[in-house]
Amino acid sequence: MKTWLHRQTFNPDITVAVFFGVVAIFFYGSILWTGYMSLTRSTLIPSYEVIGFDQYVKLFTNYRWLVSCLNMVIFGVLFIVGTLSFGTILAILADRRIQAESLFRTIFLYPLAVSLIVTGLSWRWVLDPVNGLQGLMRNAGWESFTFDWLTNPDRAIYTLVIASIWHSSGLVMVIVLAGLRGVDNDLWKAIRMEGIPLWRAYLQVIFPGMRPVIASCVVLLMSEVIRGYDLVIAMTKGGPGIATEMPAKFAVDFYFARVNLGLASAASIVMLLLSLLMLLPYFYSEFRKRT
Amino acid sequence: MSHGIQVKRPVFGPRVARIGLYAFLIVSAAFFLLPLLLIISNSLKPLEEIRQGNLLALPVRPTFDAWITAWKSACTGLECGGVRPGLWNSIKIAVPSVAISTLVGALNGYALAQWKSRRANLIMLLVTIGLFIPYQAMLYPTVKILSSMGLFRTYAGIVLVHVIYGLPYTTLLFRNFYVGVPDEISRAARMEGASFLRTFWSVILPISTNILVVVAILQFTGIWNDYLLGLIFAGNDNLPMTVQLTNIVNNARGSVSPNVNMAAAVITAIPTLVVYFLSGRYFVRGIAAGAVKG
Repeated sequence: MKTWLHRQTFNPDITVAVFFGVVAIFFYGSILWTGYMSLTRSTLIPSYEVIGFDQYVKLFTNYRWLVSCLNMVIFGVLFIVGTLSFGTILAILADRRIQAESLFRTIFLYPLAVSLIVTGLSWRWVLDPVNGLQGLMRNAGWESFTFDWLTNPDRAIYTLVIASIWHSSGLVMVIVLAGLRGVDNDLWKAIRMEGIPLWRAYLQVIFPGMRPVIASCVVLLMSEVIRGYDLVIAMTKGGPGIATEMPAKFAVDFYFARVNLGLASAASIVMLLLSLLMLLPYFYSEFRKRT
Repeated sequence: MSHGIQVKRPVFGPRVARIGLYAFLIVSAAFFLLPLLLIISNSLKPLEEIRQGNLLALPVRPTFDAWITAWKSACTGLECGGVRPGLWNSIKIAVPSVAISTLVGALNGYALAQWKSRRANLIMLLVTIGLFIPYQAMLYPTVKILSSMGLFRTYAGIVLVHVIYGLPYTTLLFRNFYVGVPDEISRAARMEGASFLRTFWSVILPISTNILVVVAILQFTGIWNDYLLGLIFAGNDNLPMTVQLTNIVNNARGSVSPNVNMAAAVITAIPTLVVYFLSGRYFVRGIAAGAVKG
């Protein structure tokens, strides 16, 4: 062993090769396999006979899948816009020489340490119509107070938005704050000399200069949206009815509970393509910048 | 967070704006604290107080009864052992998963930083994309691979899955760190005749303590809070705490005692919260570093 190690005088190649082998098999190999399965009629047991794109046709005529996709779009847009705005506002305020900055920061960030399962359960209890806020207000004498979003099929999706904004705003705050701290002092001096109002300074000077920072926030949040599973499980289990179903849950349900391997694989591949599509512009600009 | 360069910022001028600023911060803080404080306070109430339905009321006669039930006798299904077995399982899963994925990530990261090849950029791109692949697109083949090795739904299996799924992430974090480490250090070790592994172990690792802590904290938070992988790969004997918690809450008997459910949720959240409060600076740095992937 020792002599073998000695002969590897200075060679990172083996480590790189092993690591890349693992990534190639478990990540890219798995994707190929899943892609292959999505072209077969596999249900409970994998079938290896390719039948073409039937599963994708079935998928996009499946009402539950279409609802899941629509939910993901509604949830995604509201969540990303909400988290970005809230997180950015918090970052701006934290950058304004406030008292007790570290206390505020500690409070804004702790949700990141809490699992989405506990996040979902907590908000489920807070928003529960009987025991939560609504019940509280009614008990206090405000009989007509209604906040039943959690059990209202038209509104339940918004409760997921609230909980996930709660969970992720701190992330945006940290990233944007790091960007703001990097803004050149001379730029601020120039802004003051020109007498530009603060809100315009941020919107037209500071943030346009921080485009890469904001882009990486958006990419991170998008990948959270596409992967979103735990929060739905803990908070609504996809209900009421199928009002808060999401693609990630659809795929897992069809893999394991309903054992329809082909359809679940097709759903997973669509999720994967969506992720890549959203990443594409980001990687393109990153790659061009470096070369 | 870095206080390195404290830059002078223009302050909001008028006093009114200043008051508005603090009002907004305080309301935001209340929004963030609300769910945690509510479940802690309600977990300390006896059942009669819960039944009165006042979520905001502080416990009149605080008691740890619900905590004790949640800890050792709440039912997760047929079994009624509370979250205690889940806590043990989560520790058993998290400790080796975090240690292995962090150390191997450091080795890979160092190797990639040292590795001079025209293909390096392409490989980095493929690894970075790996971070964004939805688990769903890898789940079934991973189940198949583990089954063929006899590791599906076993303790070794869940640890292996956490390590492998975590590797691209830890590797990239370390690589980004080691790219910034001056090459002279490695070159000096090479001159002394040290092998690659030897250099990594005795020269590089000792100067990496900060990044090791950051990555280990990120991995611990992620693995402790994982639900999906534990549910699928851990098997009934090793279910992590997050899965046990949802089982307690969704158990038919669980719905009658919300205070026990809330206590179970708090107990589940404690380990990562403790890590967060003890390691605030590292935690924040980790998020910022992990965010700017690639």
